Amino acid sequence: MSDRTLYDKLVDSHTVLQIDEHNVLLYADLHLMNEYTSPQAFSALDARGREVRRPRQQLAVVSHIIPTHAESPRVIRDAASLMQATNLARNCERAGIRLFAANDPLQGIEHIVAPELGLIRPGMVVLCGDSHTTTYGALGALGFGIGTSEVEHVLATQTLVYRLARTMRITIDGALPYGTSSKDIILWVISKIGAQGARGYAVEFAGSTIGSLSAEARMTLCNMTVEAGARAALIAPDAITFEYVRAHAPSIEDSAWQDALESWRGLHSDAGARFDAEHRFDAQHIAPFVTWGTSPDQAVAIDEPIPDESAQTTPEAAASLRRALEYMGLASNRPIAGTPIDRVFVGSCTNGRIEDLRTVAAIVRGKRVAPGVRAMVVPGSGSVRRAAEREGIAKTLIDAGFEWREPGCSMCLAMNDDVLGASERCASTTNRNFEGRQGRGGRTHLMSPAMAAAAAITGRITDVRTLEAPTP
Amino acid sequence: MTRLTTIQGSALPLPIDNLDTDQIMPKQFLRVIDKAGLADGLLYDLRFDDQGAPRADCVLNQRAYANACILIGGANFGCGSSREHAVWGLQQYGFQAVIAPSFAEIFYSNAMNNRLLLVQLEREAIDALTRSAIESPGASLSIDLEQQTVSSASGERYAYPIGARHKRMVIDGMDTVDLTLDSLAAIEAFERSHFVRHPWARVM
Repeated sequence: MSDRTLYDKLVDSHTVLQIDEHNVLLYADLHLMNEYTSPQAFSALDARGREVRRPRQQLAVVSHIIPTHAESPRVIRDAASLMQATNLARNCERAGIRLFAANDPLQGIEHIVAPELGLIRPGMVVLCGDSHTTTYGALGALGFGIGTSEVEHVLATQTLVYRLARTMRITIDGALPYGTSSKDIILWVISKIGAQGARGYAVEFAGSTIGSLSAEARMTLCNMTVEAGARAALIAPDAITFEYVRAHAPSIEDSAWQDALESWRGLHSDAGARFDAEHRFDAQHIAPFVTWGTSPDQAVAIDEPIPDESAQTTPEAAASLRRALEYMGLASNRPIAGTPIDRVFVGSCTNGRIEDLRTVAAIVRGKRVAPGVRAMVVPGSGSVRRAAEREGIAKTLIDAGFEWREPGCSMCLAMNDDVLGASERCASTTNRNFEGRQGRGGRTHLMSPAMAAAAAITGRITDVRTLEAPTP
Repeated sequence: MTRLTTIQGSALPLPIDNLDTDQIMPKQFLRVIDKAGLADGLLYDLRFDDQGAPRADCVLNQRAYANACILIGGANFGCGSSREHAVWGLQQYGFQAVIAPSFAEIFYSNAMNNRLLLVQLEREAIDALTRSAIESPGASLSIDLEQQTVSSASGERYAYPIGARHKRMVIDGMDTVDLTLDSLAAIEAFERSHFVRHPWARVM
């Protein structure tokens, strides 16, 4: 057999049958659901008298609409949101599907919960009605988001009619510079290739920079690759992956573990595998990145000015720049550093993991959130929240003046009551700076957890490298 | 299902690149468990001001475009969130087709599954169609789904690509679940060998 990419291997091993030249029937090992993209799928099943075919290969989480106020037990007061949570519980109970409801200690954001419970393993295919399902490529699993019609299809058949993607490899070599993280890598990559630079592609990340990242940092990277339009993001599993999975899936017995390892070690692109597109980057050019606009590709290094129209290569890009600057209340050729902020949001499926919270705590320890700034930390899951409390991170954050919240998607997409007011400016560790995403008229600046921490204590967008080094 | 072979009507120009599904269907309209009422939410922040009054400068509020059934968009149309509500909302509002230089991937699948036709044309063609929709509001376009062409009132004709399967899905409608369940034996056979070879893939 000719040399294959990692993507080819994952698709081949899950192909039930070839439908035509472009489509296969792809098998899903695991399907995750939330309360807002699944209701109509269950209703459609009901209407046609169909059943959930493999209930034990489904997992549901209340994540998007849940309020994250620090109260116990948690209460969903909004009637429409409560209806979605109640409806999900009813659908799961009827079908025999495991659900992490509002007050389950394992509740959280689906893309945080599933890996930390050891449910994502190399070589799997994992689907979810949420675009950030690309996260799972960090562990060598093929994950991608689907729509509600496709959720229905997966519930009924445990398969998906899948249009094959083209393949792209992005190789990044070199040591990650001081003050940067995988969030900066992905913001930098998206700014280079554009918001549709990977549209239609399954992207494999390779190179020494990627190899040096922790499993959680890789999740941040793969999570946001969808913001370049990618259909999937992948990293070949290695010792770091295996160690993560071993730690999080202790139920795999020793004998089975050896077989699994043997199988997973074959999950890499063969030496002669051909990609439809290739990019190569040098990590030395990575700096802390911040978005200035309303598309994730509208980002600059913290020490660069906001671009002007002359730097745009097409009339459409120039029009997007004008529209974005007007919405954001910013001007070309001015530094992004120093821009005053009103809010700080740390959390989301991109940066709501324990390593992210450790980073923030290390920077704000012994300091105070700047006067007039409202800063909140929303851990990605109940497990993350408890770990942060055990490690003293929660106390550090609370002492610094952060709100310490219950887990959920929260102000990443503002479906709950955590919403930006009009023209409020937010330093956010999330994934989308779209117009109105965090609240109508709200102005989102995407950045790393370290940069969000720096913004919180200075009250403005600040180069984290200029702060005194955190005390260990 | 009724066959859909022609889409004819006027076009509404919305030349915004990277128009994401958060804008197409904002969060406050997602708090439902059915598909009702989504026409109200379509492109809400573009259509209405802070007080909820229609913005006069928005094409969606202009009488000349009130009956448009074709939307002419920008590149990477429908990027971002996987919310299918964006497609449902476009259809409930009255759009049967979107013409754009490119479409985001999940949005594309969602549209096909709902028989919302997506027509991908080169930027030059889009620019010409957008200009004509701005200069002659209400001018009719005709899309021949069998021939895969868009024709303007002034006689221009543009061919567009679409996969054979997607073409059938839009023209004939297709119960994809039923079709897949025809292959149930193949799925069961796959499962038997898959989990023997990959026991670690059974996680719950």
